Amino acid sequence: MFILSRRLVATTIAPPISPLPAPLRASWVASIMASMNVIAAALLLLVVGLISANVGAQTLRIGLAEDPDVLDPTLARSFVGRIVFAGLCDKLFDIDEKLGIVPQLAISYQWSTDNKILTLKLRPGVTFHDGEKFNAAAVKFNLERHKNLPGSSRRGELLPLTSIEVVDEMTVKLILSAPFSPLLTVLTDRAGMMVSPKAAQASPNSFGSKPVCSGPFKFADRVAQDRIVLERYANYWDKSAIHFDKIIYQPIVDSTVRLANLRAGQLDFIERVASNDISGLKAEKKFNVASITELGYQGITINTGKSDIAQKNPLGRDARVREAFELSLDRAGIVQVAADGEGEVGNQWVAPNSTYYAKNVPVPKRDIARAKALLKEAGVPNPSFTLMTPTTSDAQKVAQIVQAMAKEAGFDIKIQSTEFATSLNLADKGQFEAYLLNWSGRADPDGNIFNFYACKQPLNYPGYCKPEVDALLNKSRSTLDVAQRSKIFEQIAAEVLKDRPVVYVYHRHWLWAYNKKLTGLRTIPDGLIRVQGLKM
Amino acid sequence: MLTYFLKRLAAVIPTVFFVTVMIFCLQQLLPGDPAVILAGEDQDQNTVAYLRQKMHLDEPLPVRYGYWISGVMRGDFGDSLRIQQPVRQLIQDKLPVTLELAALAMMIALLIGIPAGIVSAVAKDSAWDYLANIFALWGLSTPNFWLGILMILLFSVSLGWLPASGYVSPSEDLKANLLSMIMPAFVLGNAIAAVLMRHTRSAMLQVLNTDYVRTARAKGLKENKVVLKHALRNAIMPIITLGALEFGTLLSGAVLTEQVFSIPGFGKLIVDAVFNRDYAVVQGVVLFTSTIYIVLNLLADMAYFLVNPRLRG
Repeated sequence: MFILSRRLVATTIAPPISPLPAPLRASWVASIMASMNVIAAALLLLVVGLISANVGAQTLRIGLAEDPDVLDPTLARSFVGRIVFAGLCDKLFDIDEKLGIVPQLAISYQWSTDNKILTLKLRPGVTFHDGEKFNAAAVKFNLERHKNLPGSSRRGELLPLTSIEVVDEMTVKLILSAPFSPLLTVLTDRAGMMVSPKAAQASPNSFGSKPVCSGPFKFADRVAQDRIVLERYANYWDKSAIHFDKIIYQPIVDSTVRLANLRAGQLDFIERVASNDISGLKAEKKFNVASITELGYQGITINTGKSDIAQKNPLGRDARVREAFELSLDRAGIVQVAADGEGEVGNQWVAPNSTYYAKNVPVPKRDIARAKALLKEAGVPNPSFTLMTPTTSDAQKVAQIVQAMAKEAGFDIKIQSTEFATSLNLADKGQFEAYLLNWSGRADPDGNIFNFYACKQPLNYPGYCKPEVDALLNKSRSTLDVAQRSKIFEQIAAEVLKDRPVVYVYHRHWLWAYNKKLTGLRTIPDGLIRVQGLKM
Repeated sequence: MLTYFLKRLAAVIPTVFFVTVMIFCLQQLLPGDPAVILAGEDQDQNTVAYLRQKMHLDEPLPVRYGYWISGVMRGDFGDSLRIQQPVRQLIQDKLPVTLELAALAMMIALLIGIPAGIVSAVAKDSAWDYLANIFALWGLSTPNFWLGILMILLFSVSLGWLPASGYVSPSEDLKANLLSMIMPAFVLGNAIAAVLMRHTRSAMLQVLNTDYVRTARAKGLKENKVVLKHALRNAIMPIITLGALEFGTLLSGAVLTEQVFSIPGFGKLIVDAVFNRDYAVVQGVVLFTSTIYIVLNLLADMAYFLVNPRLRG
């Protein structure tokens, strides 16, 4: 290569120039230009000849913001993969708009008196895409697979599940080591998805490349980073709710290009529209926009005990400094500027409209005077810390606004832009002071707090550990009654939000845009697209 | 020629070996534990441990290299842990896409760049020359992603003539395939055409000023013969080199263009694999494209022999 490069340089030095005589030059230019014109005309003809609309009427085309990972519910790890699963794999239960549990493959459930056995009655007449029958044995197989398959990402979600007992063809018992209230909600997600035991056994190492489930659409094709094609399953148990023959999911990472595809009619539906495109879209007559408050949150995680760094910095060391930091923030302002108003301010792991929002700890108002007083009391009027921020433009915007707001109270924040994978690694090692991190959220609040605050849990980046909080977290898991659980969450909030290992900022909106002809769309807070009922 | 060819071929083997070592070692410099990143949002410890074991992350570096290279020798590039597909399959899927895009882009570049370069040199200081130079400057200074988005807005959103993005296999629908490839191929070809035009012009100007060209004209040869047969044949050598290098670059993936037009080629595959720390995919694809690059350079050297008789002696 070096030799070639040298040759290249040696032969491209321009020499002194002697132009051609004018008549020769003119004839030459004319002949070259004529040949170029012929080529250009041929290309133009080719383009014009090829142009024609060619759209399948029964196909729903959905633009995704990312390429999903493996399509095996046991191994899958990405949020975007769950969107595809919503068309491909039915679950034992689903959630509705108000996060209520609704039947899907299980038609009813019953807890034992000690809350340690969950009995499920299964839907009769359901078959997998390979024609195999769905029954209690299939449920047992799937739950055991979730628990035992090497690399399973569901094992942690089903940890208290000790055994599964087939009572009869359509009844199954889930036996737990201890009461576990989030179980039903867990079964509304990937842990509740059922795949064909026969297909899973036939290709244990590559099942995810050709999944066989029991949802409304069956897997047809996947070209990595290009498309996932699902075809209507003729024997679906609820086939009257399905009005498309095919769904094509297309990952298009750039939100501008995704939107251009919608506008050009190449897509019928796009998820995660950029917030600054919403006002323009609302003005257009061809599209509808949906906005759903997410189950997760955008927050600033503070290293309060993960490593020695916590004690070296006033923010990690002193709860008063963290309180001052929180008081310096105008959450509504952040949502307005960073997300064009597309978000809900919040100070907890669930949004204020959730049943489990702890009303005893409301969103504090910005109070610079109080923040300054707290910093003075802590003996650090001008604390300085580094805020590790993923490189996405949204995260950068939030970090810059936080930096400017906190400065008014005396904080000196340095923004450290870090590639996401690297930032996770640094957070895991405790090599950070503060970390702007979002969480996609789970339908049960347990999924938003247990792994973050219980001692030594994998997502406990703050390094937070308090036996009394651990006890409350475990108590919330063993209580089924909603009112009682709400009380426990209030106790947890009173304790944790006083310590502020995470300063919650806001809950993003899932923003969808779709062709106005598309009807029957349900806006469920998990941000997944239910295909049942969708009609064009 | 045979000796030269064999010598160059022999040099390819240590180069490829060096490339494998470099790919493997450089990848280790990427920050972050790949098992943690692949484990996704939940960070399930069981998953992390499994992935670590699958990727042999607990073993020393030379042992891991040994696992990989012994697989490569057997034609097994490993599996993508993210999407559970063999890397070989991914390469097979992406290669036709990347090849087609590269070939179309190169065709556009050659069709525009070389004639424009010749016109510019032959008609130096004329309006054509200035026009060609302005075109070259525009092609070189226009960012691909920007031009891509503008083209989408014009041809897809406003006019509705072309699909905004996506890829259709030619075996599935040739018409749809060409429609989906026109814009990305033009965006890529446009930039290369500008480079080719500049180099063609420069090389032609140099050759047109030599004694043998003057002699050819003095003998009364027709101007098109002088330019095409005598001058261009000598001037084309650096263009071949440049073409091979540019084509090699295109084959390793046009990241931004593929991203904007959602073309599932090598560029998009590598970028996603790097961000997700899907090591087997990064290693396999980079090795494959590096080898193509090396082979193209070898072919460019061989092409010298065919074009330039002096090298044959």
